[in-house]
Amino acid sequence: MTAVVSLRNVAKSYLRGRQQVEVLHGVDLDITAGEFLALMGPSGSGKTTMLNLIAGLDQPTGGEVQVAGQRIDRLSRAALSSWRAQHIGFVFQFYNLLPVLTAEANVEVPLLLTNLSGKERSKRVQTALQLVGLADRGKHKPNELSGGQQQRVAIARALVADPTLLVCDEPTGDLDRRSAEEIMNLLQALNRTQGKTIVMVTHDPKAAEYASRELHLDKGRLVDEVARKAA
Amino acid sequence: MTLFKQIGAVAVMNFKSLPHRVGTSVVIVIGIAGVVAVLISVLAMSTGMIETMEHSGRDDRAIVMRNGSASETGSALGRDAARLVADAPGVRRDAAGKPIASAEVLRLLNLFRKEDNAEVNVAMRGVGPQVQELRPELKIIEGRMFRPAVTEVIVGKAAHAEFKGLNVGDTFKTRGATWTVVGVFTTGGDSHDSTVLTDAETLINAEQRGGFQSVTVQLESAAAFQKFKDALTSNPALAIDVNRERDYYRRQSETISKVIYVIAYVVGGIMAVGAIFSALNTMYSAVSARLREIATLRAIGFGATAMVMSVLAEALLLALIGGAVGAAIAWLFFNGHQVSTSAGGQGVGHLIFELSVSPGLIAIGIIWACSIGLLGGLFPAIRAARLPVATALRAI
Amino acid sequence: MKYFGLIWAGLWRKRTRTFFTMASIVVAFLLFGLLQGLNQGFNTVVTNLNVDRLYVSAKTNMTDGLPIAYSARIKAVPGVRAVSHWTYFGGYFRDAKNPIPAFATDPEPLFQIYRELKVKPEYMEAMKKTRTGVLVSEQLAKQYGWKIGDRIPLGTSIWTTKQGSSTWMFDLVGTFDASAFGGFPSFYINQAYFDENAAFGAHTAHYFLVGIKDPHQATQISKQIDALFANSTYETRTQTESALAQMQLKQLGDINFIVNAIVGAVLFTLLFLTANTMMQSVSERTPELAVLKTLGFSDGKVLTLVLIEALMLCVFAAAIGLGLATFVFESGALRRIFGNFGMPLIVMAMGGGTALVLALVSGLPPAWRARQLNIVDALAGR
Repeated sequence: MTAVVSLRNVAKSYLRGRQQVEVLHGVDLDITAGEFLALMGPSGSGKTTMLNLIAGLDQPTGGEVQVAGQRIDRLSRAALSSWRAQHIGFVFQFYNLLPVLTAEANVEVPLLLTNLSGKERSKRVQTALQLVGLADRGKHKPNELSGGQQQRVAIARALVADPTLLVCDEPTGDLDRRSAEEIMNLLQALNRTQGKTIVMVTHDPKAAEYASRELHLDKGRLVDEVARKAA
Repeated sequence: MTLFKQIGAVAVMNFKSLPHRVGTSVVIVIGIAGVVAVLISVLAMSTGMIETMEHSGRDDRAIVMRNGSASETGSALGRDAARLVADAPGVRRDAAGKPIASAEVLRLLNLFRKEDNAEVNVAMRGVGPQVQELRPELKIIEGRMFRPAVTEVIVGKAAHAEFKGLNVGDTFKTRGATWTVVGVFTTGGDSHDSTVLTDAETLINAEQRGGFQSVTVQLESAAAFQKFKDALTSNPALAIDVNRERDYYRRQSETISKVIYVIAYVVGGIMAVGAIFSALNTMYSAVSARLREIATLRAIGFGATAMVMSVLAEALLLALIGGAVGAAIAWLFFNGHQVSTSAGGQGVGHLIFELSVSPGLIAIGIIWACSIGLLGGLFPAIRAARLPVATALRAI
Repeated sequence: MKYFGLIWAGLWRKRTRTFFTMASIVVAFLLFGLLQGLNQGFNTVVTNLNVDRLYVSAKTNMTDGLPIAYSARIKAVPGVRAVSHWTYFGGYFRDAKNPIPAFATDPEPLFQIYRELKVKPEYMEAMKKTRTGVLVSEQLAKQYGWKIGDRIPLGTSIWTTKQGSSTWMFDLVGTFDASAFGGFPSFYINQAYFDENAAFGAHTAHYFLVGIKDPHQATQISKQIDALFANSTYETRTQTESALAQMQLKQLGDINFIVNAIVGAVLFTLLFLTANTMMQSVSERTPELAVLKTLGFSDGKVLTLVLIEALMLCVFAAAIGLGLATFVFESGALRRIFGNFGMPLIVMAMGGGTALVLALVSGLPPAWRARQLNIVDALAGR
């Protein structure tokens, strides 16, 4: 069982004004390939911070972070950028699609960082959109899509470069009950049929039910673990 | 709340929040200041030139030239004609009963500017013996007046400062003679200050010129002009044009002033268009930034008109500030600034004058500023008014 | 470039704002093009002038005039191929409000010296044979509706005839093409006719026009001509065409400074406005830029994207502005005043350079801020 993600004694603190605030206190964590992990906890518990560290958006003040066999805590900012492009697909709570681009163009953005030809990029974009069930909405702009549809485009964007890890920060936080279910079903399907490793932060217990493993964080420490077998 | 109270309330709210929007507000102020500064500065050139030329002439003096001459240089008058003009009715006579008149002739001198050694054609004017009675504004400020029948000259104050070799005691050569500078004069800052004066007969003899080019007379009064003109134009022996001196001088600068006006308004106009665009930009983003505020106010019950007026009021205030700043810049840098140019054409000759940022120009600048502000604020204001309240509140 | 779509879309994030910003840049460069174009145009006209022509005038002042007899002596100077002259006549047609640029001259060598003026041989023949004949430019003839064979009266306020009249009668015997020049002497009278009729001022020339064989000898021949008449009653001053033009330009004096001051003020103002707008635009898009960084766009890439966006905006709008200015220059109205006048290439280059500077000045600060953007803070809205 290979660990795709490995955290060893990871600590993170921020400077807030004049005060040093410690958000994570020596966290240890292993995530195996193909897992669907839900990170839960009250606000201020440090779950988003941990997500950011795993996704290479931030670097720890102490400890080691290893993802896909690489010590990302050691990479420079520039190296981290290109590493992210290759290995991480990020899904945000507020979708964060570029409003001026069509759905297709939005999904294409990560591919612009690769050396693929225009044709190749097009192909992959179409594939990604099909995967999330929006192949017919490619030419629409975000303001012409519903919340659920926008999030699906965001997921397609996160997938298009075939990343090692799919990282989701409150993916259903801005959606109504029905759209939230759609999205969680999609994520679960991606995990089970495509074998995508997913790390998801959520405060919604219903969303966490779709995951295969549940972890709780409180005041910067892992406190609970719930393993769930695939239904 | 009545409309005025509403407008007042909203306007006050807007102004209170201005400090938050200092950056974008400064943009409008600077843009308009730029337009106004340029506009006023260029117009000041024209104003300065016209003022200088106008001061050269008075309403109770008249100038007579050959029929069809656009200016003195294109005229030729014989001695007989000059005498007939001086003897015409309407001309004031001095204590001895002689008519106060000056038969004059011009020639050009090649002089060199002290500043950059550029060569300039400067007017040398031969005047009649009664020139000081005719032009009481002429005062000798250094040295003395020239004597008749001797090749002496006096130089105007501006010319003295501008050109080399015109100090008292210096000499210069023309084709016919060598001339000595014996004095410096001023006529109170009109076009004559840029010229050199000498005795007409001396000049004619030295240069073997045919005769005079114009006659300037002192009229009994400004009203006597018509009498004077009629008498001369009805005389079949004379083919002449008669003009009030002030009109003549003003006309000489007309063409170049028109050109300067065109330039000022074209350049100013183009700049104004640019300023309107940036004012539009700024006001639009000001409105966008406060969509929630505006929508809330509308929801509370403030009318559309009040919103429009308040946005316009803000735009107007900023525009006024910009206009004042622009006018101040123009005044500071250019009021009284001296320009020396031959661009006025033959009739004006080489002219050294001061730019004049007059109250009239400042008023024009402020009006332009306000117009730009209003135009720039209009569409954003309408947008603020038309905003569908519900959508705005929700979309935020 | 594959990023083009992304950048272009970014530009139009707020349509109205981009449009207005572009419009102000277009306006700025229109002005820049017009003013600098005029400025440079004058300089170009001066340097492009024919160096194989010299102008001889009286040293004391051009208006003093020189004896016509000098013509033969000037012709004898080695290296001179033709000599003609201009004697100012002036005059007006019907009304003092219609001044005519009329000059008395020796027509045949005149057209040899000004090869840019095109005249038909039969017209030149007619001019030589007809004492009262005049050659008029096609443009001037068209303006007053004159046809070949017309009798044209000119009024004058200076040159009274021996008979005491202020009107001279001329016969239009031919026209010539003067489109190579703007505002050029375009009404030519035979000197012999003038000498015969004028009550005074006969046998005098204001400018001798000298055509030389080899332009490199211009300075040498000028000195020789002046040496011929040095220390005589009527001393001469000989100049090349460009020296003469430069002298006349200098007389405009401070106007050049004022034009440059205006251009400077305009550009500064608009630079300021544009820079401000762009900074606004970028700071509004902080979250989007953060997202791009999340997706793996490096700090450097994001900086480049913002800079390129600024460049595209400025260069595109500047090109439109300069294009409009060129259009104005090629228009008929200016052609009539300045002759064959195109937008000088150097102005285009200067405009391009200025657009680049504008892009950098307004794009660099926000681009730098974008580069330094901390993803986590930006996404969290801090």
